[in-house]
Amino acid sequence: MQQSNTYIIIFTALMTIFFGFILSITRMKLEPIQDIQVEIDTKKKILGAVMEISSLSPEEILSTYNKKMKSVVINIKGEIKDSFVAEEVNVQKNFKVNPEDRQYPVFMYSNSGESIDAYIFPMFGNGLWDWISGFVALDNNLNRVIGVSFDHKTETPGLGARISSSEIQDRYKGKEIYDDDGKLVSIFMLRRENNDNLSKHEVDGMSGATITAKGLNNMLTHYFDCYRAFIEEKKLENTLKVSYE
Amino acid sequence: MSSEVKEKEIIKIKPSEGFLSKRRKKILVDPLDDNNPISIQVLGICSALAVTIKLEPTIIMAISVVFVMIFSSLITSIIRNYIPTRVRIIVQLAIIASLVTLVSEFLKAFNYEMFKVLGAFVGLIITNCIILGRLEAYAMGNKPYDSVLDAFGNSVGYAWIILTVAFFRELLGSGSVFGFKVFEFIGLSSFPTNALFVDSIGAFIILGILIWIQRSRNGYIEN
Repeated sequence: MQQSNTYIIIFTALMTIFFGFILSITRMKLEPIQDIQVEIDTKKKILGAVMEISSLSPEEILSTYNKKMKSVVINIKGEIKDSFVAEEVNVQKNFKVNPEDRQYPVFMYSNSGESIDAYIFPMFGNGLWDWISGFVALDNNLNRVIGVSFDHKTETPGLGARISSSEIQDRYKGKEIYDDDGKLVSIFMLRRENNDNLSKHEVDGMSGATITAKGLNNMLTHYFDCYRAFIEEKKLENTLKVSYE
Repeated sequence: MSSEVKEKEIIKIKPSEGFLSKRRKKILVDPLDDNNPISIQVLGICSALAVTIKLEPTIIMAISVVFVMIFSSLITSIIRNYIPTRVRIIVQLAIIASLVTLVSEFLKAFNYEMFKVLGAFVGLIITNCIILGRLEAYAMGNKPYDSVLDAFGNSVGYAWIILTVAFFRELLGSGSVFGFKVFEFIGLSSFPTNALFVDSIGAFIILGILIWIQRSRNGYIEN
């Protein structure tokens, strides 16, 4: 049976409205639950860059986070901006504007509650299919990596998606971002897997995921550069402190 | 006049079909074995390779496909006489896409970990040829109840194959079942895992063996 064009147009219009209505209702109802999940997930990733969290329940993650984390928001010059809350800064949205206009959240982990043990820097970049993001934790001397946690939207499972596994993330531990002359070099993931003789700025690659690895490298280089002012200011503070003592 | 009455009587005499009559049982059971969407029709291979590294995401994927399949068949079958023939594929896709989005939203709210693992693939259920294939070939021309049976049979036929593949891939590739380290538990902690099974190649091998067993059992001969 051939239907008239009017019938087809009315049918498709009604169908679109109907499904649109159902989907938007679902989205509205589920959004608060999803937001909590995302919040727990973000805090998990921030904490996960500095400590072992696999045994913690969601509630414990939130309470540990509140106890041990401090945060500030800075701009590219390293100046602290008090009017922003670090947890509310959307790194993804900031990624799209000029580096000079962005807000950069920095999280500070303190186990004892006094001196800072680790600085955690959120990052954002492009993978193969869509965005990738990460938290990189540096020691209190802002050079050696304590841990990283990477995330991605839709990297290929089994290939690029491995960046969110601890197997890959552990490769970054102990690597350094400054060379012996005090120059910022960042950390690079190599091509191919099972490379030998890695320097302190290199990590082993993921076979079959060269473009994702490239994205990671660009993200790290770019963001270390953006955080450079803050990092160097803190490093200077540290050396001054040492020389006073 | 008299012939009309006779016709009516004949219609009345015809018994209504049983809830699970022989024909309906065939609709349900056929796709599990003799007409399996993966191993016989070789549809839906993409996700059979991609999500079957571990059992847990595979189960979620299987449940999602069963859900989307049954409800899209049901909806399509109910409105089949109103769907304009010229845009029927678009209508079917809209139905599938809406259901898939629902699944994806629920997964994001209630199992965020799995949502992150499966994110892309749940969305790609839309392109799973099995679903569109069954809607176009069956639900468009059959009654709702039969269509649901057909959808259930086909999606479970898909599910058991990917679960079998995932079981062997996780066992041989990661040495575990549902993340439980089997070989360590039985005291064989030095048992070597085979990285081939973490790759899609492993899925091909297992699928091949499955099809081989099935064909030799059912006596299938290539024409």
